[in-house]
Amino acid sequence: MIIELGHFALALALFLALIQAVVPMAGASRRLVGWMEVGRSAALGQFALVALSFAALTHAYVTSDFSVANVVQNSHSAKPLLYKISGVWGNHEGSMLLWVLILALCGAAVAVFGDNLPRELRARVLSVQGMVASGFLLFILATSNPFERMIPTPGDGNGLNPVLQDPGLAFHPPFLYLGYVGSSVAFAFAVAALIEGRVDAAWARWVRPWALVSWCALTVGIALGSWWAYYTLGWGGWWFWDPVENASLLPWLSGTALIHSAIVVERRDTMKSWTILLALLTFSLALVGTFLVRSGVLSSVHAFAVDPERGVFILGLLVLAIGGSLVLYAVRAPALQGGGLFAPISREGALVFNNLLLATATATVLLGTLYPLFLDAVGGAKISVGPPFFNGTFLPLMVPLLMAMVVGPLLAWKRGDLLAALQRLWVAFGCALAVVLGGLWWAGFGPVLAVLGLGLAAWIAAGVLSEWGERVRLFRVPLRDSWRRAAGLPRAAYGMSAAHFGMAVMVAGIAGQAFEQERIESLRAGDRIALAGYELVLREVRRVPGPNFIADEAEVEVRRGGVVVDVMRPQRRLFTVQGQTTSLTAIRTGLAADLYLALGEGDPASGWTIRAYHKPIVSWIWLGALVMALGGVVSLTDRRWRVGVAARRAAAVPAAAE
Amino acid sequence: MRVFLLLFVLMAPAWAVLPDERLGDPALEARARALSRELRCVVCQNESVDDSAAPLARDIRVLLRERLAAGDDDRAAMGFLVARYGDFVLLRPPVRADTWVLWFGPFAVLLVGGVVTVLALRRRAGGVGPQKLSAEEEVRLAALLRDEEGRR
Amino acid sequence: MGRWVYFVPLALFAALAGYFGVALFSGRDPRELPSALIDRPMPAFVLPGLGDGGGVTAAGLRGGVVVVNFFASWCAPCRVEHPLLLRLARQERVHVVGIAYKDRPEDSRRFLAELGDPYRGVGVDRDGRVGIDFGLYGVPETYVVDRAGHIRKRFVGALTPLVVERELLPLVRALERP
Repeated sequence: MIIELGHFALALALFLALIQAVVPMAGASRRLVGWMEVGRSAALGQFALVALSFAALTHAYVTSDFSVANVVQNSHSAKPLLYKISGVWGNHEGSMLLWVLILALCGAAVAVFGDNLPRELRARVLSVQGMVASGFLLFILATSNPFERMIPTPGDGNGLNPVLQDPGLAFHPPFLYLGYVGSSVAFAFAVAALIEGRVDAAWARWVRPWALVSWCALTVGIALGSWWAYYTLGWGGWWFWDPVENASLLPWLSGTALIHSAIVVERRDTMKSWTILLALLTFSLALVGTFLVRSGVLSSVHAFAVDPERGVFILGLLVLAIGGSLVLYAVRAPALQGGGLFAPISREGALVFNNLLLATATATVLLGTLYPLFLDAVGGAKISVGPPFFNGTFLPLMVPLLMAMVVGPLLAWKRGDLLAALQRLWVAFGCALAVVLGGLWWAGFGPVLAVLGLGLAAWIAAGVLSEWGERVRLFRVPLRDSWRRAAGLPRAAYGMSAAHFGMAVMVAGIAGQAFEQERIESLRAGDRIALAGYELVLREVRRVPGPNFIADEAEVEVRRGGVVVDVMRPQRRLFTVQGQTTSLTAIRTGLAADLYLALGEGDPASGWTIRAYHKPIVSWIWLGALVMALGGVVSLTDRRWRVGVAARRAAAVPAAAE
Repeated sequence: MRVFLLLFVLMAPAWAVLPDERLGDPALEARARALSRELRCVVCQNESVDDSAAPLARDIRVLLRERLAAGDDDRAAMGFLVARYGDFVLLRPPVRADTWVLWFGPFAVLLVGGVVTVLALRRRAGGVGPQKLSAEEEVRLAALLRDEEGRR
Repeated sequence: MGRWVYFVPLALFAALAGYFGVALFSGRDPRELPSALIDRPMPAFVLPGLGDGGGVTAAGLRGGVVVVNFFASWCAPCRVEHPLLLRLARQERVHVVGIAYKDRPEDSRRFLAELGDPYRGVGVDRDGRVGIDFGLYGVPETYVVDRAGHIRKRFVGALTPLVVERELLPLVRALERP
């Protein structure tokens, strides 16, 4: 009964979405207030219905209702509660339902928090949201219905894949979808602006918080996925340039370009048509990513069960949404001519440089991901495009961008003085130089690229602090005055500093991986491995029974300077029902380094294979990403963009001079 | 910060780079590891032969080491595998006529992007520059300026 | 130039969508991998037999059209395709040769005793090297080799009646024609 209710709610939601798609748009053209306001109620109603639908499916999973086909395929009564819930979105149909739930949430958020928007703009934005939602709701109802019943009802489900029962994997999709789907709001704003024929500083100020939220969520989602891969896959890799990983990176790159170019639109009323294009592009890339993952066109470890019929439908949605918006762009964008001029060396110039490199990086990743597909489609050879290609093309693009990242904020608008800016960064340069020289002295010229990477990280970190020091006139006015200035700085400035600083931390963590040490040995009880100043002693390997598995557990003593500092217990589990073996890595996480152990095959007589890694500052990779996302959140709290502020107050606040 | 984590991993019966696969000569072993990282595990989803736990990956790792120990240089050893599995086994796509777009694409995009940007910005600047004054306007301007001077 | 540059994104997307459409409708399985040895000579190999004498060599197979089938006793899909191989060998009189991939000879013997032996000869590839020489991905895999000893087609995975009817048998017949 609940299931049928959920199904019905979804159908009703589609109906509301269609209304939301048509009525407010018509109302905006004809200036009919009543029609425009329908958008808000429809959006809220749609959210309520989709939420109900999602709750119904979740209920089925939690109660292990095996009369529902989706639950049978993906769940099992013995699963812990957390994984029953996360199992809801661990499959194609359920994850699509999560997708439309977040889409509806975005629409509702615009309806609730969009008080500061002009009525026509809000109506059009909600309309576009409604169109996208209609497309996806139709897709679910037509091809991917999670509410199908399975009669006769089996006794239990099939879904006990141990790999999927993991906390990181549970939270990775919701954050990722928040990022993907959240970019639909910026998309809607762009389409609305094109229809209206007007893009101005106010538009940029309205759209930026929405773009930021989705960017923050995407940053966290990608970082979670990477972290999960690290502790799961047994050799400590954290990024593989897998097509589906790339599919999540593409909207992130484009989204980063968007939040930067929107600054220029807001401040200087220029770069408008480019920013609009970026807003369209970011969501388009999210849609392309969805297509790649679910259509079976690319094979990947992430790909859901593939079905050409679904692929065709999604392709149709792509053509309508992306094709439609790009037609609109081609026709209307020329009218969006800009205002301010600026010299090539200026804050705007730096942001243009940022966008150029990010756009090229996006194109590069897209090219590398799709090239094997293209070549195959035209009947050419089958090739692989793997990490060597991406590392060789993506990294050289990022380096100039990262170097310029701390110079840009020191340049003035309209016309900047590059020499003066660089002079203010002499401390940063000194730090970077010290790190590089120190690194070369300590590690030699072998890992020279990694040492340079560490130098780059130092440059960015010190540069961020230098820029802050400039703003508060540190050491040039009394400390009390600096303090006052610091307190008065807009939150967005701190957000930027934090995000850029987070980037530095992440770059350092990535560079640090070149100094990883690995030992793979076959050990008997009592044998030891020496690794990076630690001594790892295998005490014994025990048989440990579990609820549905039998495990071999190795007890490894970690000694430093003769003193036992820890005991690590990697496991190797045999699941008796499936006959599948999985292994549990044991990781000792530290700020300075991770100790990473994995247990392989073996027996007491001939010894057990133990893989041990010492990974310096690897946790900085995800810490850095977290700091970046926090920087974004801090920016969001800037009062200049507070959504919901009454219209007259918004009009009274002048653009703050810095 | 000592966080002790125990987490799940998917593992096949074999294990990547077992101790018994390793060559005695560290230089050869280093070459083997480097080359293994450039080879795709053809029965896996996007893993290198060095990382993969699949049996076929292990066979290829052992085979590669044998070829290196027999004196093959890097190109010959890789060529041995490409002759059997095609270019698909290379994670770094070869630079050929049909991959020019792939390898030179990024640079081309950067170049084209840069040119378009410069043109777009310059076109905008060109339209809104100071206009030259006509001769008559110059005279009037001079007269006005003289008046200003006089009044001070 | 001005107005037309705004159509570039649309044009690029149209090309992308076109490629996606072609990829979807071509029905091609992205996991399907063509053999690198098509139209090239079969790798030269010399393999011992299952213990009752015999064995298989590449040179010995030349002169006629041969179907080379890689199998193993531990391979479940091999069991599924085995009746088709029997049919090919007995009814259709195709020269089928088997290579036991990474299998113990006694296990392979037991497999053939249980399911029937369609092979005119069986080679034992204990370490799988001959498999790698063929560019094998796993078992079962079946290769069609012509008179001159060139590999003409590879079938990855278990043979199905449809594949045998539509592709394998017609190819063998075509190659057999003088």
